[in-house]
Formats: sequence, C-alpha cells, structure tokens
Amino acid sequence: MKQNLELYLSMLRIRRVEEAIAARYSQQKMRCPTHLSIGQEAVAVGVCSALDKSDKVYSSHRAHAHYLAKGGDLNMLLAELYGKKDGCTQGRGGSMHLCDLSAGFMASTAIVANSIPIAVGHALHFKSQGLPYIAVAFFGEGATEEGAFYEALNFAVVKSLPILFVCENNRYSVYSPLSVRQPQGRSIVNMVSAMGIEAHEVDGNNVAEVFEQVSTIKRQMVTQAKPVLIECHTYRHREHCGPSEDDDLGYRPQHEVDHWLGRDPLNIGIEMLGIDTNSTHFLAASAHMNTEIEDAFSFAESSDFPDPATNHEYLYAE
Amino acid sequence: MPNNVTFAQQICHAQHQAMQDDSTMLAMGLGIDDPKAIFGTTANLRETFGHERVFDMPTAENAMTGIGIGAAIAGSRVLMTHQRLDFFLLAMDQLVNNAAKWHYMFNGKMSVPLTIRLIIGRGWGQGPTHAQNLQAWFAHIPGLKVIVPSRTENVANQLYQAIMDNNPVVFIEHRWLHQQVSEQSNIKPLHDEFETTSIYRTGEDVTLVANSYMLPEAMRAANFLAQQNVSCEVIDTCALHDIDWSKINNSVKKTGRLVVCDSARKSFSCGAEIVAKVCEESFSYLKQSPVRLGLPDYPEPTSFALTKDFYVDADKIVNQIGSMLNVKITDKLAKPALHDVPGDWFKGPF
Repeated sequence: MKQNLELYLSMLRIRRVEEAIAARYSQQKMRCPTHLSIGQEAVAVGVCSALDKSDKVYSSHRAHAHYLAKGGDLNMLLAELYGKKDGCTQGRGGSMHLCDLSAGFMASTAIVANSIPIAVGHALHFKSQGLPYIAVAFFGEGATEEGAFYEALNFAVVKSLPILFVCENNRYSVYSPLSVRQPQGRSIVNMVSAMGIEAHEVDGNNVAEVFEQVSTIKRQMVTQAKPVLIECHTYRHREHCGPSEDDDLGYRPQHEVDHWLGRDPLNIGIEMLGIDTNSTHFLAASAHMNTEIEDAFSFAESSDFPDPATNHEYLYAE
Repeated sequence: MPNNVTFAQQICHAQHQAMQDDSTMLAMGLGIDDPKAIFGTTANLRETFGHERVFDMPTAENAMTGIGIGAAIAGSRVLMTHQRLDFFLLAMDQLVNNAAKWHYMFNGKMSVPLTIRLIIGRGWGQGPTHAQNLQAWFAHIPGLKVIVPSRTENVANQLYQAIMDNNPVVFIEHRWLHQQVSEQSNIKPLHDEFETTSIYRTGEDVTLVANSYMLPEAMRAANFLAQQNVSCEVIDTCALHDIDWSKINNSVKKTGRLVVCDSARKSFSCGAEIVAKVCEESFSYLKQSPVRLGLPDYPEPTSFALTKDFYVDADKIVNQIGSMLNVKITDKLAKPALHDVPGDWFKGPF
C-alpha cells in the first residue's frame, strides 16, 4: 500500500537525517545544542501524516522529527543547524527554534512546556474565526510537570478548542527518570481524563497505531471542536542532547534499554506496515533519499553565514 | 459647561473603538465582564461585542498569556487585562521567552499583536504585592514595547495605538489615575500620531522627568515652584522602549539640572537609566549632580502608619528642587488630607 510505504519512508528519512547529523556533529560546524529524535520517529510521522497542511504544529526542544514529518524543508533545517543564511530562521533560532510556515510547522521552542499554550492559542484563533483546522502541541512527559501544561489544557477543555496534545513519554527528563518526578503508577492519561479531556494511550513506537488513532481523532475534531490528548510511549536511543549514545553512564537500566532498542519503531514499522525492503520501489526511494540528504548537507555547508549587520533587524514588527 | 471625561472612561473608549475597528480582536482578563468591569475600564465590552470575543478567563496568568500569544501569531489581535501587575509575574516565561522574542527569533516570519494592560496600586493597604511598578523589568527586555500613560488627554490614543501595534505591548496603568479628568475637547484623537516622549511644561531651571502617577505629582510641584520663581520643564516618558533622548538632552542643555521621578524602587530603575543616559550624552551641560526620586529599598508596607513617608509626592519634589537651587521655599504646598489615597473618591479596596 502506498500510504504504508510513505509512513515508513518518512520515518526512515528522519532516522537517516538524524544519523547524518550525529555523524557530522563532531566537526564543530553545527554549533548549537541539538536534541536528536532517533527512536521517537513513529510519533512524529504517525501524527503529522494524519494532518492536513492547514493544521498547525508546535513543538519543543526535540523537534527535528516533527518538523520533517510535517513537511518542513530539509535544506532549511540543516542550514539552520549550521547557522547559515538559508536556515529556517537565518541562524536566529538554531535547532530548538525551527519554523516552516509553508508546511504548517509553526514553531518549536526551547523552554519546557512553553509552546503548549501557544498551540492552544492558535486553536482559539481557529475556533473564534470558525476555521475547520486543528492545532497540535508536541511535548515530552516532562512538560506534564509544568504549570503551563495544566493551565493550557484546562482552558482548552473550558472552551472546547480543536487542539491535539501529543505527549511523547520517553521516561527521562535529561537524566532524571519518571520515578523521581511523578508518583509511581500514576497514568498521565488517567490524570488528564479527570480534568475533562478525552485521552488515549498509544504505542508510540508503532506508527500504524499512532496514525490510525490520530486519523480518527482528527475526523472527530473537525466535525465538532474538542481537545484530545494522546500519550505515546516511546524511548530516545541517544543522549538527551548531542550526537552520542550515553548508556555507559548507567542512568537507564540495561534491561530497559535492551527492551526499547528491541522495539525500534523502524523495525516495528516494517512488520506492521508490511514493507518489502527488497522491492525495486523501496530501493529506488531509499537511494533517492540518501542523495537528497547528501545534497542538503552540501547546501547547508555552501550557504553563506548571515551578516551580523542584520542583527538589529526584526526586533519589532512593522 | 465643562464636559469632563475620566482616564478610566478613555481607556474603555479606546478598547471599544479597537474592537469595532478590528473584527479579529479578542479581549480577555479575569473579571473583564464582571459587574465591576475592572474599575469601569471594560464596561459594556462583552455586551457590545459578545462573549466569543470578550471573555473572563481561568486564573492562569502564564498559560493565558501564551494563549494570547498563540492567537496573536495565528492572526487575532489580542488584549489582556490584569487588575494588578503583581499577578502577571506568573507569566514571565511567556512574556520574556515568547512574546518579546518571537518576531526576532523566527526572523520576522510571525508577529505578536498582543497588548497586556497591567494596573498598579498604591496606598490604602495595597502593600507588598499589590503595588509594584516593575516598569524597569519590562523595559529591560528587547522586543517588548512598554507604555506607561499619565494623562487623561492622551491615554485613549496611547492604548488604541498599543492595541493596533503588531508587537507585544505592556501597558502599565496606575490605579490612582483612573479618576483623573480632562475636558473632552482636549482629548487626543485615537488615530493621531503617538508621541513617545513629550514636553508637558516648558521651563528654564530644572528638567523634571516623570511618567505614570509621578507626572501629576511633578506637575503639582512645577506649578507650585513657579509661584516661587523656579521654572521647571516637565517631560513625560510614556514609552520606555522608545524614549526620545534628544528631548531630554536638549532640555538638560538648557536647564543644567535633572530630577527624575520614578514610581518604582529608586535603585536599578528607569530613573537610573535616564540619569545614566544623560550623564553619557550631556555630562558637560550638567551644573549639578542629577537626582533620582523613587521608592526605598524595601517593599511597600501595608499599614496606613507605615506608608506615611514611603512615596514620592509633589512635596518631596519641591523640597528636592528647592535644595538643589538653594531656594528657600516659604509657602506650603497644599497636601491631601490622607497620604494613602489619591482623593476622596477612593474608598478601597483596590
């Protein structure tokens, strides 16, 4: 099925981009903190593939996957990491402040939970203008410890706003495990259900499940505006910030790491989506993808640096 | 027959006109449509424009600010009102990290037409957490516009222009100004050009810079001093993000003396910035050390007794200038009967 292959290729593309960033990161040319999405691709692709272009996405510090899955321009992403003029914010924002308005990827922000209210505000605009679109807020489970999350969610329920909250629960806030941050056994979905929002728990490493769930939710939300939250269980494969693996530090139990690496969303995708990685079509797409990524790095490397003389620009809007 | 209007009525007028002129505009705030209508400043907004556009909100200052920012980014024009500035401190993340920087950090791709009305109290037991004019905090953040009105004639123009501005604007109203009146015929039209710094009174001996509730106090002092043959030039700095320094420098070049009246704590204040700037740019014209008048280095106490000498008022300004010029002030400046209210109209609680 074409759609299944697209879902898989979208994940694979993100994985390869992130791995290529990691491979080049030590060259010291991408000089900004970078939070790779490796291991969490299925959430981004499952959600964004169920959206339309007019639906608007907001994200957090770990945003590369969401940006790419929503259709954000690859050249502009990489040029941004290199701090270049052709970057999506011309080097103003870096990895944590991505933006491609033409794709409906509005913004990612660095402060935990602080783009959640912004996304809810976008949904308020949709509702007050009678527009049949939805806003999406991606965030990690750490954000559910911030006041802004509860405040924003409460308002979305009070006003029945068309907002999808996507909680990527990867169990760690930097090195701090859930066990020191939230009570043992408390479910995020149950907790927010008590606040009056429809909430679903999803296998965040199964792109087919995420896609189907969000497709159903999206159909309901445009018929009748309402907020929905999905909690997607997933795991990051690499360190919190940077290109490397860091499980030698011992902050994640080995059996847990093994369990989740065994549940790689790409492998699950191949199985669940029925992808034939030997098919001519797949091989051609795969080769094309590699070229596209190589070209994007060349583009970023050859792009000019922005001129510091422009630093005063856009302090205020006209 | 005089046809007087109040500062509060003018604030209300600006909002009605803005809501009418921009159909995307939303207005929200705790109590915005309650029976008191935020000291009358939001009277009939909901009745006129409906509850979809004018609405009360959860007590969630931080996220609601973010929601205002998000709606503004998406294409709405947004006005939020807080009955006390102090509560808005919960929203510093959204204001500083998002509202102020959004246009800049996304390289001009989006803008944030959001105005935040903050009301500051004074006296009558407002105490440590209901009376802080933190204008210097906001003025310190690049990307914010900070408007601090003082005059009934100008306030509707200033608020209307703030709302119609495509940037985040912090609009700081002093509660003691709400009942200040002006003749209707003196009101500056809403669409007239916004003046960031204005010379309210011309004079020769001292440059007196003030905003917010310090402006009427400075004017009282200047009018009194005129009877003592001391001539003050009074400058209103209502837009802290865009002070017209040439007006202040030119005035100091003429008078050689500078007194800045701040309604906030004196140390690390906007007054400090103004004095520093004048020292940098017009040092050789100063005949005497410039002076800052402001609040002491402790929070505002609550008790009537404890606030007796807490504020800067016209009397203190007069004494300061008298000693600078070595002029013996013979007459006594008429003072209100009670030090902790702006006039008989104020009976508390806010």
